[in-house]
Amino acid sequence: MDPRVLDQFLFIALPYVCLFTFFLMTIYRYRTEKFSYSSLSSQFLENKQHFWAVVPFHYGILAVTLGHFIAFLVPRTVLAWNSHPLRLYILEISALAFGLLTLIGLISIVMRRGSFSKIREVTTTTDWILFALLIVQTVFGISIAVIYPWGSSWFATVLSPYLWSIFLLNPDISYLAGSPLLVRSHIVLAFLIIGFFPFTRLVHLLVVPNPYLWRKVQVVRWYGNK
Amino acid sequence: MQVRSQVSMVFHLDKCIGCHTCSVACKNIWTDRKGAEYMWWNNVETKPGTGFPTKWEDQDKYKGGFELTDNGKLNIKSTSKTKIIPNIFHNPHMPTMDDYYEPWTYDYQNLFNAPEGPVQPTAKPISMIDGKDIDIQSGPNWDDDLGGSPIYAENDPNLKGLTEQQKHELSAIERLVFFYFPRICNHCLNPCCVASCPSGALYKRGEDGIVLIDQQRCRAWRSCVAACPYKKTYFNWFTGKSEKCILCFPRLETGQAPACFHSCVGRIRYLGVLLYDADRLEEVAKLPDEELVEGHRSLILDPFDPQVIAEARKNGISEAVLESAQNSPVYKFVKVWKIALPPHIEYRTLPMLFYVPPMSPVQASKPEDTIKHNSDNLFHDIDDSRVPMRFLANLFGAGHEGGVRYALSKQKAVRWHRRAETVGDVDRETADRILREANCSREEAEAIYELTTLCKFEDRFVIPPMHREQAIEMMKDPYEHKKEVGFGFVSGPARGL
Repeated sequence: MDPRVLDQFLFIALPYVCLFTFFLMTIYRYRTEKFSYSSLSSQFLENKQHFWAVVPFHYGILAVTLGHFIAFLVPRTVLAWNSHPLRLYILEISALAFGLLTLIGLISIVMRRGSFSKIREVTTTTDWILFALLIVQTVFGISIAVIYPWGSSWFATVLSPYLWSIFLLNPDISYLAGSPLLVRSHIVLAFLIIGFFPFTRLVHLLVVPNPYLWRKVQVVRWYGNK
Repeated sequence: MQVRSQVSMVFHLDKCIGCHTCSVACKNIWTDRKGAEYMWWNNVETKPGTGFPTKWEDQDKYKGGFELTDNGKLNIKSTSKTKIIPNIFHNPHMPTMDDYYEPWTYDYQNLFNAPEGPVQPTAKPISMIDGKDIDIQSGPNWDDDLGGSPIYAENDPNLKGLTEQQKHELSAIERLVFFYFPRICNHCLNPCCVASCPSGALYKRGEDGIVLIDQQRCRAWRSCVAACPYKKTYFNWFTGKSEKCILCFPRLETGQAPACFHSCVGRIRYLGVLLYDADRLEEVAKLPDEELVEGHRSLILDPFDPQVIAEARKNGISEAVLESAQNSPVYKFVKVWKIALPPHIEYRTLPMLFYVPPMSPVQASKPEDTIKHNSDNLFHDIDDSRVPMRFLANLFGAGHEGGVRYALSKQKAVRWHRRAETVGDVDRETADRILREANCSREEAEAIYELTTLCKFEDRFVIPPMHREQAIEMMKDPYEHKKEVGFGFVSGPARGL
């Protein structure tokens, strides 16, 4: 096959399919299967290893995902920050550390879910597929950070323009020309995970309890709007 | 003053025979489902005992309820607003299934399928979670009737402050004593579960005060399970949602008593409306321990007071509910007679289930002998009771004995009064003196006697009209509702997608 066709499929068609699925299905699921929006915690069945698995994973992946979002949204600010080598090192090292934290957490999660038969009962095939995807993706990410360093800078010049071109409905894959296979795999897998998102337990990310911090302490519901 | 109405409850502990009919009625209707097998929205505990989940009253372990901080703020002990963010992934005070018990069934198929052999096949216990063989460590009512006392009864947190001799006598052969403590959700005025829910899934119904969990909004953050000091919100391990006692609201809405109330063999349960002042909730929840019982009672308003009636009408409380509040047996027990007390008010959730503390066994504690039943001391001195006053005070008075002593004295006076009336072997004067000492008139004693012993179904349960039809009319076309009602979820409540 012409590599250009493959590129167009992987970096133009696939992203749109995945993003479309993501938006359509999360909304559809929220409207029709609201009951299924849950973090599906298994802490009740096993409370000790839970801490060492779930906490590192969540802190790790939240920091890493947030970092990707910032580099996507404000690439110039990131570049300006990185103009000073020390700040660049701090950013790179903490990003790598959070990546490793994610991986350690993920592996602990899989081992915990595999080793307790009660928790295996509440782990679905979808969960296992999701864990596999996340582990591979995290390994890709960590490898990129090690093999192709200063990602925080080249993300801003290579990937941000590409992602913006996708979101502005004017896809331009020329930015990706010359990027290594590892980086390309990371991008493809990222879109696959986004497309898979609405069918998994990950949807609980969208219902994080933000109003809690400023709502009234007690909640009372009346018939009408009292 | 902001008048609200609350469906509240009284359990008369002297009448509870510990038959667990209430628990079974509840289980059969509500929690006989996958993920809910271990839940007992209603359970009956033996006291002294550690209860369900084990040692639920030990808030050093579970961190349930509110605490009053040094700067006078009411703080959720487990996950307050500042603690919720770092603790949302792993709740540090979440009880696990081991604190309750692992539900099990028996491998009955083995009785039919076992290969021929020298011994009879058995039905081995298997876990209802993973189906594996299980070594049963604990189960519902594991410490029923003081079973396993050295492990359970002796670790009751309410024994705090008892002398060694009192503790010893509690479990001495031929002198041991226990009573039953049936528990459901207290449908508190200041519910800690509601206050702790990050999703805002828990709520109190404005019209009747029933505390519910919106199953569509619950996201399994588990805060309510840790926050409820009575451990009456349960985590459904299969659906990933919390569940709790719903006070059988579908039954109440159709004028029926909740299943546990209806089925109660000892007729210990009373249900009725209380009017309370919602504006003073915070103020009362912050009172010092020794003032909590009185403060809580002061929230309850007199339904005959014209000013209260006017305020209630202004707040949309219907005439039928007002009338129901005036006939409420709970109002009499709690506010008029003051013989029903809230459990563990020191958790500061302002529970709306009240208990008449038990006087039995009538035989008092004397180191050597049983006391003589003569006309001077027919019923024992309250302070010599075999259930130590201190123990009851820890349960029903935040450690302070005043309210419990008052309630028990009045109960004793009622017994003297009735003894004088019916048996006649005690003289009327002594009976009247004891009534006076207990701050009880003959008429009041007679009324207590009647509502305690001769009460009919409609005396015990004064169920207000819940007017859910108005709620339905507000939400949708009643004819549409009529076609849909009863179907609930289109698909069963499954786990995830």
